[in-house]
Amino acid sequence: MGPLAAIAYLFASVLFILALRGLSHPESARQGLQFGMMGIALAIVTTLLSPAVTHYFIILIGIAIGGGIGTTIANKIEMTALPQLMAAFHSLVGLAAVFVAAAAFGNPEAFGIGTKADIHFASLIEMSLGAAIGAITFTGSLVAWGKLQGKISGKPVTFMGQHKLNAILGAALFFLILFLCATESAFFFWMIVLLALTLGVLMIIPIGGADMPVIVSMLNSYSGWAAAALGFTLHNNLLIIIGALVGASGAILSYIMCKGMNRSFISVILGGFGGEQATSTDDEHGDRNAKIGAAEDAAYIMKNASKVIIIPGYGMAVAQAQHALKEMADILKREGVEVTYAIHPVAGRMPGHMNVLLAEANVPYDEVFEMEDINRDFAQADVAYVIGANDITNPAAKNDSTSPIYGMPILDVEKAKTVLFVKRSLGSGYAGIDNPLFFEDQTMMLLGDAKKMTEDIIKALE
Amino acid sequence: MANNEQTVTESAADLANKLKELSDDVASLAVEAGESMTDSVAHGEPFLITGLTVFVLACFVGYHVVWRVTPALHSPLMGITNAISSVIIVGALLAVAPTNGEFSLLAFLAIILASVNIFGGFIITRRMLHMFKKKG
Repeated sequence: MGPLAAIAYLFASVLFILALRGLSHPESARQGLQFGMMGIALAIVTTLLSPAVTHYFIILIGIAIGGGIGTTIANKIEMTALPQLMAAFHSLVGLAAVFVAAAAFGNPEAFGIGTKADIHFASLIEMSLGAAIGAITFTGSLVAWGKLQGKISGKPVTFMGQHKLNAILGAALFFLILFLCATESAFFFWMIVLLALTLGVLMIIPIGGADMPVIVSMLNSYSGWAAAALGFTLHNNLLIIIGALVGASGAILSYIMCKGMNRSFISVILGGFGGEQATSTDDEHGDRNAKIGAAEDAAYIMKNASKVIIIPGYGMAVAQAQHALKEMADILKREGVEVTYAIHPVAGRMPGHMNVLLAEANVPYDEVFEMEDINRDFAQADVAYVIGANDITNPAAKNDSTSPIYGMPILDVEKAKTVLFVKRSLGSGYAGIDNPLFFEDQTMMLLGDAKKMTEDIIKALE
Repeated sequence: MANNEQTVTESAADLANKLKELSDDVASLAVEAGESMTDSVAHGEPFLITGLTVFVLACFVGYHVVWRVTPALHSPLMGITNAISSVIIVGALLAVAPTNGEFSLLAFLAIILASVNIFGGFIITRRMLHMFKKKG
């Protein structure tokens, strides 16, 4: 690589850093995105100009096919399907990493890392790491996609000796990499890929649907580490820098999501949370009665309120209720009611999921608040309108030390004068935990589909 | 519990601000490290060392930059990072050559996959960001 190309790569790296920096505020974010696009264009053009690249025709065909597919999908996809789209995209990065590692293994001369059957020792380790992380990202993301899309059960799939099996496979992977370094046999390379593909499935399959924000972030991080490992293999600083940026970003998002659930990263990875206690508590609310209301009651209460806080959750995304919600908020605002939105860090199925859906419905971003910024306002609120959320409002997290979610930070909706709960049924949330808030005097349950119920309230308001 | 976490987040934000200057320094350091790369290869130093230098510094830069991203934009952050991680297309571009047999086909497939991501990732992020609007 000539010095000019190195400088261009460096410039591209700076552009990527600026792109991430732009995301510190919605106003600067669009400029940040342009930096990112400039960065990738610069990186590709620089590489194409290098004398080692000769087959422009086939490369342009590849970019045209991929670009066409990517453009079509990204333009057509519904915003509610964003988490599964991200998972699908991560899987592609993983698979591409496997292919690039394989290509480097088969043709080391093209990258200056030795000759066939005499590849540098360090490069062998790096490319097998790249291939292994890429393969885990590929199948792991496919499983995550399946769970998010509803193709496979969102319930955790666990079996005896699962963790032992994963540990054995992990150890086997380690030894295979050693064997590869010793023999440079293609057999071991493909065995590493095969094993990593299996490991990816086994790692994600025990993880429940509601832990998906962590998993999607984690796979985001993995795709970065795979790119960094390939950067080491190909002696390419640009790949290393980007891999590190993406890896760090995904890791931080995973950390934030774990903190939002008060769970350690390890316990999420080990999986199995949720699902198993789901039926055990169903009979217990026989003696307690939840107050069940109609859309008209809710409309009356909200119309006479002066401050309403809306708490959206995954149920809103499933019912696609965000547009109806915005319409309801607009009517209330015309009546002189102050309306704001409260977002829990793990609401939805990916980081920032709710913010995007509300933005899609044209809710201004300065009416949407994060948990820390709005929690003290609940005490002054007349109505908390909880739509499609449950566990993130459960006071048991604060005052019941036996609850599985004890210690999880929650939105203090119970401090509002009236709590309106839009829910399909009185059943429990993903963690299978009763929400005592359903049976409080100040609570009114609005049973039904989130979108339908909100539309009924709109009708009653008009 | 909530108070505790609040102070933790506040002090984290504080720290992030203070470290912003540091991260700018680190960014220029990374720039220097990148520049020194061409020299050191010429002098026969193993790439692993320079690579590690760049890697560790870039991790620090990433850490400080990403903590400053507003939580409301965490989904677009994922979109962008997804798109730019497809920069591994660079590796695939170098590997496409007819003398390369089946590995050339793999590189071609990698180009397609990475392109799906680059275009898809940036377009979906653009769609998201264009929806974020201010009041009125």
